[in-house]
Amino acid sequence: MEIIDILLSVSFWAAAIRIASPLIFATMGELICERAGVLNLGIEGIMVAGAFAGWFAVLSGLPLWAGVGVALLVGMTFGLLHAVLSVPFGLSQHVVGVGVTLFATSTTFFIYRVALPEVSSPPKITAFQPVEIPILSDIPLLGQALFNQTSLTYAAFLTVALTAFVLYRTPLGLAVRAAGESPSAVAAQGLSVTLIRMGAVVVGSGLMAVGGAFLTMSAFDSFFFEMVGGRGWICIALVVFGAWKPGKAMLGAILFAAFDALQIRLQQTGVGAIVPYQVFLMMPYVLSILALVLMSRRAEVPAALMVPFNKGER
Amino acid sequence: MRLEPISNAGPARKLLPPVLAILASFVVAAVLALVAGGDPFAVFGLIFKGAFGSKFALLETLNRATPLIFTGLAVAVAFRAKLWNIGAEAQFYAGAVVTAALGAGAIGLSSVFLLPILAITSALAGAFILLIPALLKTRFKVDEVVTTLLFNFIFLLFVSYLLEGPLKDPMGMGWPKSARLIPEARLPRIVEGLRLHWGFALALICAVALYVIDRKTTLGFEMRAVGQNVEAARFAGIPVTKVILKTALLSGGLAALGGFSEVAGLKGSLTLDLSPGFGYTGIVVAMLALLNPLGVVAAALFVAAIFVGADSMSRAIGVPTYLADIMLASALLMMVLAILFTKFRIRRD
Amino acid sequence: MQAFETDAGQGEPVLRMTGITKRFGAVTANEDVSFALQPGEVIALLGENGAGKTTLMNILFGQYAPDEGSVEVFGETLPRGNPRAALSAGVGMVHQHFTLAGNLTVWENIVLGTQPLGKLSLSPAAVRARITALAQKFHLKVDPNAKVGKLTVGERQRVEILKALYRKSRILILDEPTAVLTPQETDDLFATLREAVALGLSIIFISHKLHEVMAISHRVLVLRHGRLVAERAVTDTNREELAALMVGSEVTAPDIPAMPAGPALLSLRDVHATGLNGVTLDLPAGQITGLAGVSGNGQAALFDLISGLNPVRSGAFTILGQTPAHWTPRAALETGVGRIPEDRHTTGSIADFDLTENAILETYATKFSRKGWMNWGRARAATEHLIATYDVRCPGPQTRIRLLSGGNMQKLILGRVLEEAPKIILANQPVRGLDIGAVNYVHGRLAAARESGAAVLLISEDLEEIMTLSDRIHVISEGRLSPAFARGSVTVAELGKWMAGDGEGSHAA
Repeated sequence: MEIIDILLSVSFWAAAIRIASPLIFATMGELICERAGVLNLGIEGIMVAGAFAGWFAVLSGLPLWAGVGVALLVGMTFGLLHAVLSVPFGLSQHVVGVGVTLFATSTTFFIYRVALPEVSSPPKITAFQPVEIPILSDIPLLGQALFNQTSLTYAAFLTVALTAFVLYRTPLGLAVRAAGESPSAVAAQGLSVTLIRMGAVVVGSGLMAVGGAFLTMSAFDSFFFEMVGGRGWICIALVVFGAWKPGKAMLGAILFAAFDALQIRLQQTGVGAIVPYQVFLMMPYVLSILALVLMSRRAEVPAALMVPFNKGER
Repeated sequence: MRLEPISNAGPARKLLPPVLAILASFVVAAVLALVAGGDPFAVFGLIFKGAFGSKFALLETLNRATPLIFTGLAVAVAFRAKLWNIGAEAQFYAGAVVTAALGAGAIGLSSVFLLPILAITSALAGAFILLIPALLKTRFKVDEVVTTLLFNFIFLLFVSYLLEGPLKDPMGMGWPKSARLIPEARLPRIVEGLRLHWGFALALICAVALYVIDRKTTLGFEMRAVGQNVEAARFAGIPVTKVILKTALLSGGLAALGGFSEVAGLKGSLTLDLSPGFGYTGIVVAMLALLNPLGVVAAALFVAAIFVGADSMSRAIGVPTYLADIMLASALLMMVLAILFTKFRIRRD
Repeated sequence: MQAFETDAGQGEPVLRMTGITKRFGAVTANEDVSFALQPGEVIALLGENGAGKTTLMNILFGQYAPDEGSVEVFGETLPRGNPRAALSAGVGMVHQHFTLAGNLTVWENIVLGTQPLGKLSLSPAAVRARITALAQKFHLKVDPNAKVGKLTVGERQRVEILKALYRKSRILILDEPTAVLTPQETDDLFATLREAVALGLSIIFISHKLHEVMAISHRVLVLRHGRLVAERAVTDTNREELAALMVGSEVTAPDIPAMPAGPALLSLRDVHATGLNGVTLDLPAGQITGLAGVSGNGQAALFDLISGLNPVRSGAFTILGQTPAHWTPRAALETGVGRIPEDRHTTGSIADFDLTENAILETYATKFSRKGWMNWGRARAATEHLIATYDVRCPGPQTRIRLLSGGNMQKLILGRVLEEAPKIILANQPVRGLDIGAVNYVHGRLAAARESGAAVLLISEDLEEIMTLSDRIHVISEGRLSPAFARGSVTVAELGKWMAGDGEGSHAA
């Protein structure tokens, strides 16, 4: 059986982890926003902007980690735009999100064209290289797949742990979770719902941009126009699939990435000879919709998600 | 600081949003033009000239506006009922696919019969595409924003498959494109000799029809009630689910008519780059029009002019055409912000 | 008006509000209100809905900044419009609508906002220990680890009080705390409050229930139209005087003469549905049937069931002698059920629709359209008629309904219902939040509908309203109904027992 062979190969699981990494960053970003009560549909555009910003910073001579920092800042800037419009002004989060995605995407493409007017194929950078972690990477299959990744992948997993810790173990996380469930409870305790929500959107957007930067700085080494290709929308589905819990959302991302890695490999097998390749490419999107439908019945949606809060308004 | 409702906004406040939106788009564009090394006034001049400067330019603008009117109407009708259809792109292609599949000789009838058949089957296909997310929304409460977005990707891959498989033109020299439509399947020009087809007229008719539905029919009343307050609508006995599904059919059908018009009127065959994001731009068009069907026509003309003008400007002085997209995105964001100030004022206390 | 001198005062007052004035546009919510609260004192703030009680407390709590006047707590003047300052000065507020997050546990809700946001740990063990100690001291039984979403209303109120105590608040403000409690739970609450006072805390108790005010407070401040109109020590006053002060004139409630009961127009036999456990109920023609009970015990479920929004799972549902196969809001309307919903803002009307569109919301399909085409001319004429007949004060039928006052909005909804001459009328809290004039108007209209033979179901949490208007009274508790009591055959205490679910022989079903 070809599928069994694939599922038992180190390269398959290594690829799954690699594919999952950008999704994990962006999913954590979206999760933070939604836990605070804001649906951030700017995610797709912010990932595009992050992908370009990180790559371009390195291309301009900055070190790799500084590039990640630039992507983070760019994401936070677009996040601030989203936050100002959707939180204090309470505008429709659907429209603002779509607007931010359009704005971030077109601005990115514009700057790309201005900065590199005469290139037919975009230049490459020296991307993050795999770092083998001694001992752990000797564990058969799992260790080999998990512990021979780039440091940006390790950072992705660290982000999950950090997100979970902050959300569940600190006063700040408590305030974020309460803001997404019952903003009036937060306000009654003397905290500012507006600041908490804006902060969550800004930080979350930064993580989304880092997810985008992973594509140009770790998964590949160059920037292409269509490279984000709906990953942002998939992350929104992953947040629902993970029931707004960081650990579960991370597992969802890995599961999802495993399917993605599998379809790439299946294209090269006998199945791929019969089934058109577009069917394989569709699978991630179809799976996302299925996940949404399956989880729709039992997920605990933050009660105040997409509900603007204005103090003094009845 | 908080927002306080305004009891009655004067006409000045009501006109503010579109004016501010357009102004904002120009300010942003001016800044970016400077970044790109162009003189903002020269850039705007060239955009204007490129959009309206000649008979050819004007017709080009009208042609570009046609699909945008369709997708703009599709989005407007859906958004009015708070059905967040971000999938006009897929529905647009659904109409295009049906037109390409049935119009290239599969049905041998004269234009009088063939064109209505193509239009209706296209609209049905688009309606069906949006019906799935709408049903997922009404049955499982799955957010339609994400599903319609994901459907865009799925359907585009499906189109790609069709163009490399069943619909591939055998005479196409290996290009992924469909066979040319038979002459009977082509929308004729409105005036002989002018490059403007009946799709534009159909778009205007749809806009007027939608306006009439909105203001004069029970369906229009129901759609507005559901959009404004589902709970009150349900309580008052309005069949909410049915209204949402009807809205979805109408919206999907309108977007698909855009695909039909584009293939049968302008291009004559289907390719993967038929739409440079007409579905997404439809959102901007609808919002700029304040979701008013007649406003959609004006907004589509504005948006088309920016696109056509920016193309020509870019060819002349090399400022990237993405300037047009940025202008529209900033117009959209400024619009929603400005709408807020027709309903509320900021109070400090 | 001068600040009242307080002769009960020992030492410095813990709280002093001086010359508070607050305007919202043309409306003056508070005008020159001054008072002082002494340590260990309970002040009742008495007034009708809209008298300015909540605004005054929101100013004290920093939610609003006053236009004039100042707030002093323990001798320190609070900065204007800063809730944080009020909190940290030791003022705790239990809002009428609880401010709790249902997805968090009790202890998480209590600790929220009390620790610096930069802190890296919540120290749950220490927090829980302190909560347990406080709960014991003040007789507030609640499990710190329970999810708030799973608690009863009474338990949630205890969490709210614990929140204030946890912050070491020395001044407690309770806004209509008994509205959601059974009479017995109210007694428990009062026990807690007396304990708090004994320990030196001061309390402001907001209510419009006179017997409670008399039972718990030392002093009563009466607010009317935003002004402080009277101050009385409870020992020097009585309920009648307070009622007169509160309303400003003698109350003339509509007179409800007895009427013979007609046949049952609607009957439920052992009906089970979401929120209802075996309900048996008759609505006889020509009678007002009152439904008393603590909020959230199935009133909304019963209202929705008869309205066509909550499907019957089992049991017999008969309306006008028929058992409908498919019961929807539209079927209910066509059968002659008129509905006045609890929430006129979100259920009863569409805020941005004009009066015409709101007036025809239930009848557009049958009366104001033909073959799918609207007849706006007729709709406008009908609305003008409605506005005139039901005394809806508004600029005209094109006015958006969100610009109307609560009373006028309710009159339009009432007119929309009564114009259809419904045989059965459901009224869920029809006068909540209305001023006394509008209250009497609505009650009078309901009484008139009953005299013309309609069966009225009046749902209310206000026992006084129920006992004045109803020919027959049921009590609902946990989705079950008490037997029907004829008017005058039952006391408040008996109703209270049923409200708590301890009626004799338990439930008839």
